Amino acid sequence: MCRLFAITSNEPLSPMIAMESMEVMKEGHDGSGVGLMLRDLAGPFEDMKDAPILSGIFTKNGIKRFDTFMVDLGFMTKYKLSIKVSKTPPPETPKRDMYLIRAYEYPKEWEGLSKEDKAQKLLELRLQLRKMGEEKDDMIVYSFWPDVIMIKEIGDPMQVARFLDLGRKELWARVILAQGRQNTNYSINLYACHPFFIQGYASMTNGENTAFIPIRDFLESRGFPGYSGYQSDSEVFTHILHYTTTQLGLGIEYYKHVITPLKDEDINDHHDADFLKHLKHSCRPLIIDGPNCVIGSLPDNSVFMVQDRKKLRPGVIGGRPGLYAFSSEMCGLDAAIPDRDKSKDFQPMYLDTAIVGPDRKEVFVCTQKDPLPPLH
Amino acid sequence: MYPKRSLTPSTLSVKDLPWQISWDQGKCTLCGRCTAVCPVQAIELGVFRKREVSTEINLMSLPENNIKIWYGIRQKTDPAYRCVGCAMCNLVCPNNAITPIRSDEIDKLRFHTNAGGQPRRRGGRRNNTESLLDQIKFIRISMLTDPALDAGRHEFEIRTMLGRILSPEENLLRIKENGWIPPVREIYPLIIGGMSFGALSPNMWEGLQMGVAYLNEELGMPVRISTGEGGCPPRLLKSRFIKYVILQIASGYFGWDEIIRAIPEMKEDPCAIEIKYGQGAKPGDGGLLMWYKVNELIAAIRGVPVGINLPSPPTHQTKYSIEEAVAKMIQSMSMAWGFRVPVCPKISATSTTLAVLNNLARNPYAAGLAIDGEDGGTGAAYNVSMDHMGHPIASNIRDAYLNLTRIGKQNEIPLFAGGGIGKTGNLAANAAALIMLGASGVQTGKYIMQAAAGCLGSESDRCNICNIGLCPKGITSQDPRIYRRLDPEAVAQRIVDVFLSFDTELKKIFAPLGRSTSLPIGMSDALGIDDKSAADRLHIKYVV
Ligand code: SF4
Ligand code: SF4
Repeated sequence: MCRLFAITSNEPLSPMIAMESMEVMKEGHDGSGVGLMLRDLAGPFEDMKDAPILSGIFTKNGIKRFDTFMVDLGFMTKYKLSIKVSKTPPPETPKRDMYLIRAYEYPKEWEGLSKEDKAQKLLELRLQLRKMGEEKDDMIVYSFWPDVIMIKEIGDPMQVARFLDLGRKELWARVILAQGRQNTNYSINLYACHPFFIQGYASMTNGENTAFIPIRDFLESRGFPGYSGYQSDSEVFTHILHYTTTQLGLGIEYYKHVITPLKDEDINDHHDADFLKHLKHSCRPLIIDGPNCVIGSLPDNSVFMVQDRKKLRPGVIGGRPGLYAFSSEMCGLDAAIPDRDKSKDFQPMYLDTAIVGPDRKEVFVCTQKDPLPPLH
Repeated sequence: MYPKRSLTPSTLSVKDLPWQISWDQGKCTLCGRCTAVCPVQAIELGVFRKREVSTEINLMSLPENNIKIWYGIRQKTDPAYRCVGCAMCNLVCPNNAITPIRSDEIDKLRFHTNAGGQPRRRGGRRNNTESLLDQIKFIRISMLTDPALDAGRHEFEIRTMLGRILSPEENLLRIKENGWIPPVREIYPLIIGGMSFGALSPNMWEGLQMGVAYLNEELGMPVRISTGEGGCPPRLLKSRFIKYVILQIASGYFGWDEIIRAIPEMKEDPCAIEIKYGQGAKPGDGGLLMWYKVNELIAAIRGVPVGINLPSPPTHQTKYSIEEAVAKMIQSMSMAWGFRVPVCPKISATSTTLAVLNNLARNPYAAGLAIDGEDGGTGAAYNVSMDHMGHPIASNIRDAYLNLTRIGKQNEIPLFAGGGIGKTGNLAANAAALIMLGASGVQTGKYIMQAAAGCLGSESDRCNICNIGLCPKGITSQDPRIYRRLDPEAVAQRIVDVFLSFDTELKKIFAPLGRSTSLPIGMSDALGIDDKSAADRLHIKYVV
């Protein structure tokens, strides 16, 4: 089972906090890889919240091709974070030419584009880069989005973190999602590493997604370009989140109703029975069947946790106003925020969605039996 | 052979027949039960003459000649009275003295069952023991889902939907704008397939309906049953139980006069309307109820004279093209119930299924598509149609599902698979395989007849006389002297047994695959087969 840890804080934090919590949860894990998503960034990125940041790994050739490509499109580098690494990577971590984190200025032609249009174009670009990279095996692109950095690498999480010096000031952020990978296949494709990201939505999961194939088939047939190229059965959790919010225009309270709808009897007793019945019918292929704990993050920087319908996975949230952590194991939470009121720790059960909003004032819990917020 | 009998081309010996009666003189009590019960009078009391020669060791005495007469059972060899292998004689024999035995070679009878130029007609099944569905294994056992799902302890929701489901976007839009949202029924994924009132005896029908009502009202299992083409008794039409019934309309429109007239008095809407365009057992051929079975009751319900053959035309005669037929009929049927009842065509599996499906995909009123494969059964058909016409269900349902997936409508038009599900007894495994290939649910008739009423038919051409009203079990007979053998209460109880055990078996398949809260429709990664070409054809894994 993969280790999951997320933290959201009013004060910027070093990604190492997340790595240390993962280290505590290490027992019984092979730690074959690590994935990080940082958002609500501090440091140099604080003042460029709108500039799209590209995160990825490149070979020497790849970066040349990439630079030409970006210049041709009119993208100008605004800020570049160079990760210089020592010559010898930790065991199992392949030698890379370049870890790239670079903020861009939008091309002139993009000025005046609506937010949605920009979002669509950024997505298309990321997909195009991925395709280019796959053709020549010289670039891997994780995200291309404002105020978001993603880092994924193979190897023991702590060793990779030290190797890449993830504690550096430039990477401090207020929202951090981290996953320690439990390897299930020998050749690891970095696109299969959590967290997954699409247009501001991110999520990571542990456990198997047994309903992957029908869900994948459904998403791929939506005609939305981003729902493609699946390397992991967990990536669909992120895409369902994106689909529910952006395509269906439903809030996070609805997400769980899509992936783990209530039983028919419970729907009949619900305040919004009619709506939920239709949602369950029309989104039937998106039902997951667990066992999964999902931790995700939304474009407004909220962080949330949901469990599968049977609550087969552990998962806990704790902290205090201004600082909350989400962890797949209690010891991870203890390591990150030891001095919290533990009696207020919350373990979401099979009906709950636990959310810490952008203000980080409290853990807001909604259960599926609650009446739903009105539709816009 | 009697010496006086002439030797014609169609003169057969017992050896030439598919079923040969083995009778044990030592055990027989000559009670006469077998000859009385035999539905086709294949056996009769025989007087046998035997000469016994006895010679003493003593050479001085002359050999003696004794003629003995004894009584026993004689099997007729006239093709019209051939034994059908039903083994009712064996069932009633107090001493187990008689039993039919299947010929050890291809019988000669088959070359002579066309006396008068009339090819063989029969009921039953395809007489083919092969089952591709049985070859499919469930290979994706969830070893990583720790703790694994428990078929007995965890919550399962084994339900499917019958009705046109809108895309999520469209559905939300219609809610917002208060638009028409097509009716959708949440039902159990195993439907009792269409067997008409007329094909089945009143006792069988009553038993099925009682069983279905019990499953719904006492056990909370939303099981549905199709009427087949033959109408529906008015009392049922006007009762609350009609909501468990799928009313079928086919090219003969039998019974629809009664149904239309009953609409104003209906307390509940039927579950759905099924428009039958074809059936798997005899694709391209219409329904057939032979005159033997058209008694007063049947004639009244169907609105026809007594004692005539009732063939339905192969196509719906009032329409000149299938596209038009489908569109118009779906719309008129929807309108008849105020657009509150799903209307869903049923076709025989065919290489042109996708054309039908694409038409339906564009028709906003089409509520689903039932596809019936070549292994489907029937009450009456030409032997040639049953044995040689049709398309296997597995690849047809798979193609249909993948086609829907391509156009993004895999959730919008539920597919129901029929034909050969459980033909060798593996009902749950076959149903699960079809669901994972893409079916939203399955329909079965033969299995129900066998399990719930003790139908004797088999894939070795046993019995299969459903067409002539002599069903020895009273399942497909309209003669009260015969069908009183079948106790409706007992049928109902067996229906409940069948569904409960099916449910447990289905959970035993789904749980190890890590599926419980939704039906694993299209979960093809769970399937494997040890036949490379079949694996490629079905887009599932090849495993050896
Ligand atoms: S097996 Fe059936 S058809 Fe044959 S003799 Fe016995 S009762 Fe008659
Ligand atoms: S037992 Fe009845 S229903 Fe079954 S094959 Fe014989 S005649 Fe047909």
